Amino acid sequence: MSNDTTLHASTDAAHNIHGEHHEHHHETFITKYIFSQDHKTISKQFLITGMVWAVIGGLMSVLFRLQLGFPDESFPWLEDLLGKWWAAGGHITAQGYYALVTIHGTVLIFFVLTAGLSGTFANLLIPLQIGARDMASPLLNMLSYWFFFIAGVIMLSSIFVETGPFSGGWTAYPPLSALGDASPGSKTGMDLWIISMALFVVSSLLSGLNYIATVLNMRTKGMSMTRLPLTIWSLFFTAIVGVLSFPVLLSGFILLIFDRNFGTSFYLSDIFLSATGTALPNEGGSAILFQHLFWFLGHPEVYIIVLPAMGIVSEILSIHSRKPIFGYIAMIGSLFAITVLSFIVWAHHMFVTGLNPFLGSLFTLFTLLIALPSAIKVFNWLTTLWRGSIRFTPSMLFAIGFVSVFISGGLTGLWLGNSALDIHLHDTYFNIAHFHLVMGVASIFAMFAGVYHWFPKMYGRRMNITLGYIHFWISIIGAYLIFWPMHYEGLAGMPRRYYDYSIWESFKQFSELNRFISIVVFITFSAQILFIINFFYSIWNGRKETSLNPYGATTLEWTTPIHPGHGNWVGEIPEVHRWAYDYSKDGNDFIPQTTPIGADEKNEH
Amino acid sequence: MTMFLTITAIILIFIVIFQISKANEYIAIIKGEEKTRKQGNKINAYLMLGFMIIGLVGVWYCNKLLYSKTLLGVPSASDHGEKVDQMLWVTIWITGFVFIVTQVLLFWFAFKYREQEGKKVFFFPHSSKLEIIWTSVPAIVLAILIVIGLKNWYIITGDAPKNSLEVEVVGKQFNWIFRYKGNDDVFGRKYYKVIDEATNPLGLVWKDNEKLGLKDDEKAHDDIVLQQTMYVVKGRPVKLIIGSRDVIHDVGLPHFRMKMDAVPGIPTTMWFTPKYTTKEMKEITKNPDFIYELACDQMCGNGHYSMKGIIEVVTQQEFDAWMAEKKPAYLTAFPDKNVKTETTTTAIADNKAIAEKQ
Repeated sequence: MSNDTTLHASTDAAHNIHGEHHEHHHETFITKYIFSQDHKTISKQFLITGMVWAVIGGLMSVLFRLQLGFPDESFPWLEDLLGKWWAAGGHITAQGYYALVTIHGTVLIFFVLTAGLSGTFANLLIPLQIGARDMASPLLNMLSYWFFFIAGVIMLSSIFVETGPFSGGWTAYPPLSALGDASPGSKTGMDLWIISMALFVVSSLLSGLNYIATVLNMRTKGMSMTRLPLTIWSLFFTAIVGVLSFPVLLSGFILLIFDRNFGTSFYLSDIFLSATGTALPNEGGSAILFQHLFWFLGHPEVYIIVLPAMGIVSEILSIHSRKPIFGYIAMIGSLFAITVLSFIVWAHHMFVTGLNPFLGSLFTLFTLLIALPSAIKVFNWLTTLWRGSIRFTPSMLFAIGFVSVFISGGLTGLWLGNSALDIHLHDTYFNIAHFHLVMGVASIFAMFAGVYHWFPKMYGRRMNITLGYIHFWISIIGAYLIFWPMHYEGLAGMPRRYYDYSIWESFKQFSELNRFISIVVFITFSAQILFIINFFYSIWNGRKETSLNPYGATTLEWTTPIHPGHGNWVGEIPEVHRWAYDYSKDGNDFIPQTTPIGADEKNEH
Repeated sequence: MTMFLTITAIILIFIVIFQISKANEYIAIIKGEEKTRKQGNKINAYLMLGFMIIGLVGVWYCNKLLYSKTLLGVPSASDHGEKVDQMLWVTIWITGFVFIVTQVLLFWFAFKYREQEGKKVFFFPHSSKLEIIWTSVPAIVLAILIVIGLKNWYIITGDAPKNSLEVEVVGKQFNWIFRYKGNDDVFGRKYYKVIDEATNPLGLVWKDNEKLGLKDDEKAHDDIVLQQTMYVVKGRPVKLIIGSRDVIHDVGLPHFRMKMDAVPGIPTTMWFTPKYTTKEMKEITKNPDFIYELACDQMCGNGHYSMKGIIEVVTQQEFDAWMAEKKPAYLTAFPDKNVKTETTTTAIADNKAIAEKQ
């Protein structure tokens, strides 16, 4: 399918744009900003919705850190603000705490770092960087966003349910998540949680299929796969991982719905509930089955989050070092290796479930193997910086910050992935430190890097650079101050998801440290508000971008007008003659992909 | 009022930061944007270097402050735990080394190769030699870690010795129940549908029940059922047979470096040999209040954080004396069969009261 036929097919249906004459045609507010089929607008919708969820999820962490840092103090305004269910007497209640922890995890992993990250940058960059006028199916693309939006609305509504939102942890292990009598959050809150997640899976599949189809079919003339920027490669692999693993999660959820509502026993067996004093009729189910289905997505999900981050960082490190990315083919190879390995490591989350030891040893082997492609990537990033000419834009700072936290969090993966050691560290604060650094902070840093970097392309204006600097330095210092000491809590065996540690002789020695961490959380969260202010202020009042190619980058998105219309390029789609990383080659600062190969130039890609 | 003031202060700080940042943009235009950009570049390059140095000092200082609060300096209370600790240290040294080298390189490169007048960029798209080196060296190191890990993994998950003391551990929202075999050295049958919270918390089969197809199991008559505290013997392997009555729990034993989920319907096992009695551990940790705590490590509901058990490690002698006092749960449930049942009844009643409070 050629670019033009797609565009025309979609625009005919929407009756709004006709080929390249769109600037003469009147678009209504609704077709332009709400039910838009323009990939750039959809990208902004994903980004802003993701940001709203990031603030909500972040605020939740502020609230539960308030409890962890100050368990003995009461804050009467909390009750005024949140009501008795959440904060009776000015203390976050246990049920409130577990609801916060659960929704914080769900929202940040799925809504912010999956939809917010992939949704934003896949939509923005895939057509722009491969030289396409839009996605393969703009309609599915639009539907993908609206499914995500509805999923968000339902998740949000669950917070206001009388029995509270789901509160059994983002992993939603049954029987806890299956039995309303075991936890009030597993009543209506869990129904809404599952519906929301099911809609989210639909959204992910729609967009994932679209990304794959677009990358495979709609590259412009000359854009062979090995000339693609690494952002596109990473988003492509991300989409593949998502398409192959999300359906399995949905199947797990469907069985859970059956167990919850229709009396089946897929996950339930031998249960006597103290709360009601009754023995349930279910026998023969396996609670562990859910964990296999869940983690078959759950682990690849980690890579769905971190692969796009790696792509964005590779791109930004290269541009702002004015050097080609080191080992382009090795970078693609390691992305591919991670993609494949991501499907055969899921049970490393289940080393202490009574897993067959032989299976456990295979999962240990594959899990530690992931360290190889990760190490290759890290060394390649370091070599990209080596003997470069680094420009510290806020995006570059965040990209370097990404590499730093990715190393810190990645290395502890070697501890947790080794099954015998995992027995000791499993579900402790060590684990929290590990995954927050390697996937939470790292990916959100990459997201910030991407937003600062491509903001001029999105809005034709620039974000304030000083605020960007302040934002970066507070964020990276904060991230390390919050998560580094948590390794030590984990090494004391301190379990995660505890509401209060004061009754524990083994863990109560950390009360001071917990207070310190909480205070850093409040400050770091405030710095994120600076980013939000900067972002929205700059959309309307930022300095106008005057240059077509402000960073001197080689890729195609900078060959479009400053305010590209639907269809991206005025006139012909550009043709590509070289790979995306000809920086500082033969004395040229950069050579755009559209420049033909010179007569005496060596060409490898 | 303080709340109001704090919010005002925060908003003011935000406005100040924002205005300064905005003003910087105008200053940049006046001073020349290229010049300002280079200045910013230099400042951030030095900040990178500073961050690295302060960061590394911070890592050392954090370790100094927190080391003594962890279990790193406390010997493992079980033989398996010693293997875990050995592994832990090998892993710390390897990952610690890589951490320092890569972080120093990262921030040093960032500083050293900042944009400077007259510096030429080295066009260096790839080098097979380098890439082979940093694929194969990590591969060898990983192989070492995997070999050590799997060796320990098979020891820890292997079969328990024949002479092990077997104890059943059952989790329920939100406490722990323990069962010993009694005189016949066999666990009697149990079935969850005959659980009676007050007298028979594990559902031991003590009566014929035609509806459920159960036959009275004599072997269950002498089983001893306890709550909250479990006794084990120093130097004697103990094998825990772990189950759950409702949702998934986890038997977490940080001092023994052991952990295993409690899954309803699927029994799991874990074994280890305790090395120090509770009394000895009080001396080792120099903490007179020290106890071996059993912490639930799997999110199990709103009372998860309070799901605590206690493990007393004692000598064989003390264990025998303690065991001699215990009466089978059967006799507690049916006092007419035997008169001396006070201890266990009160124990169960007490624990029930605690459970209800939670």
